[in-house]
Amino acid sequence: MAMAALRREGRRLAPLISPRTITAVRSSPLYPTLEDEGPLGVRHISTQVVRNRMKSVKNIQKITKAMKMVAASKLRAIQTKTENSRGLWQPFTALLGDLPSADVKKNVVVTISSDKGLCGGINSTSVKISKGLHKLNSGPEKETKYVILGEKAKAQLVRDSKKDIELIITELQKNPLNYTQVSVLADEILKNVEYDALRIVFNKFQSVVSFVPTVSTVLSTEIVEREAESGGKLGDLDSYEVEGGETKGEILQNLAEFQFSCTMFNAVLENACSEQGARMSAMDSSSRNAGDMLDRLTLTYNRTRQASITTELIEIISGASALEG
Amino acid sequence: MLRRALGLLPRPIAAARARSFSTDLPAAHTADATFMEAWNKVMPNMDPPKTPLSFMHPRPPTPSSIPPKLTVNFVLPYDSELSTKEVDMVIVPATTGQMGVLPGHVATIAELKPGVLSVHEGSETTKYFVSSGFVFIHANSFADIIAVEAVPLDQIDANLVQKGLADFTQKLSSATTELEKAEAQIGIDVHSALNSALTG
Repeated sequence: MAMAALRREGRRLAPLISPRTITAVRSSPLYPTLEDEGPLGVRHISTQVVRNRMKSVKNIQKITKAMKMVAASKLRAIQTKTENSRGLWQPFTALLGDLPSADVKKNVVVTISSDKGLCGGINSTSVKISKGLHKLNSGPEKETKYVILGEKAKAQLVRDSKKDIELIITELQKNPLNYTQVSVLADEILKNVEYDALRIVFNKFQSVVSFVPTVSTVLSTEIVEREAESGGKLGDLDSYEVEGGETKGEILQNLAEFQFSCTMFNAVLENACSEQGARMSAMDSSSRNAGDMLDRLTLTYNRTRQASITTELIEIISGASALEG
Repeated sequence: MLRRALGLLPRPIAAARARSFSTDLPAAHTADATFMEAWNKVMPNMDPPKTPLSFMHPRPPTPSSIPPKLTVNFVLPYDSELSTKEVDMVIVPATTGQMGVLPGHVATIAELKPGVLSVHEGSETTKYFVSSGFVFIHANSFADIIAVEAVPLDQIDANLVQKGLADFTQKLSSATTELEKAEAQIGIDVHSALNSALTG
């Protein structure tokens, strides 16, 4: 009777005394990674968190490396194009000069930016320069409007200068850039915007790691004629004979439009090239950073693992020596 | 205090650099200086952006005597065909007719029409067919030719030209709107210019 009672009690108590050992024995072949759960008697630190972190850092590194490769191959294609297009604006600058300080009523700032992010600071640089130009050319009876190319500058400028935005064009780089496309775009801008001076803000490509914020100025025919008459930098223009066309103004009008499309073409290419270069270096540094982080995490992981092994060993040895002694 | 001294440092250095570059272009320097001054007044803690002039090779001033050669820049959107090349003469298809340009030509701005551009260099002649564009002839015997499209004449297929001409002639007769007519007319102009370039 007493024995039966004890046996009953024992069965009831058994799971309370060692539930762990039983499950562990039963399921160890099925779950070999049980150590990560941290056994009931929690003695060593769980390494699961660190391992998850390592896995995600490794994945991030893979992604940034792939993006770097993509940017590098795109850069190579666009860099030759850009370098070939550099001759295009030079004749215009030689003829019509470069007058960033021209004081006119209707200013239009054409901000060129990229559609995609993860390319360093190129978009915020062009936005800052555009805002500076806006500030510089604002005043009583003067107005400055923005024409925005690209998603990123739009996002930044819409916030505080929404009322000054005249035109937004995005998805420029869906197809490879060519002159026809850009001249259609330039035509669109000229049709929709009234201007005395167009100031094109872009990042000129110098090398993969460096780009120069640049502003090109295209003046309207009236302003060019005004400047030419008043002498100064454009004084030479009057000495040029203008061939063909009904009037001199007509040719100069065509010339200004052609100048705008050519300058835009080069600017768009330069900016696209800087974008790829900046993305390449940004992705390069972030994959390097991920590598560093991975190294540190691996070190922590190994140290923790080793520490827990050491602790276990000490416990076993001290237990054994306690028995002996 | 040291921090302030550091802040003052870059400006004189930058100014010195700008001066050393601009010795050969004094006129440009003055114009840029006004812009930079205005910029620094408005945005004191940001460098002013560069302007195209700072990336350009300076052009020589007009010499007192006529140089023996004409310096030609012939650029396309996707390439620079000729870059500061010295030649004897170029003949450009201006809208007013073919125009021969020799060294010492009077400064001119002319629009181009579809036609043959020929570059004469010694006994050699290179012929291109250009679609449209502009030519600037400067007083210092520099000629800048900007074209939207240009191909060496020997790369043009005569059969395709004939076919294109016939196509556009048909399009012109069947055109209903003004736009279609204008487009067909441009096609005919270009193709007949191509045709006459090939035959003559």
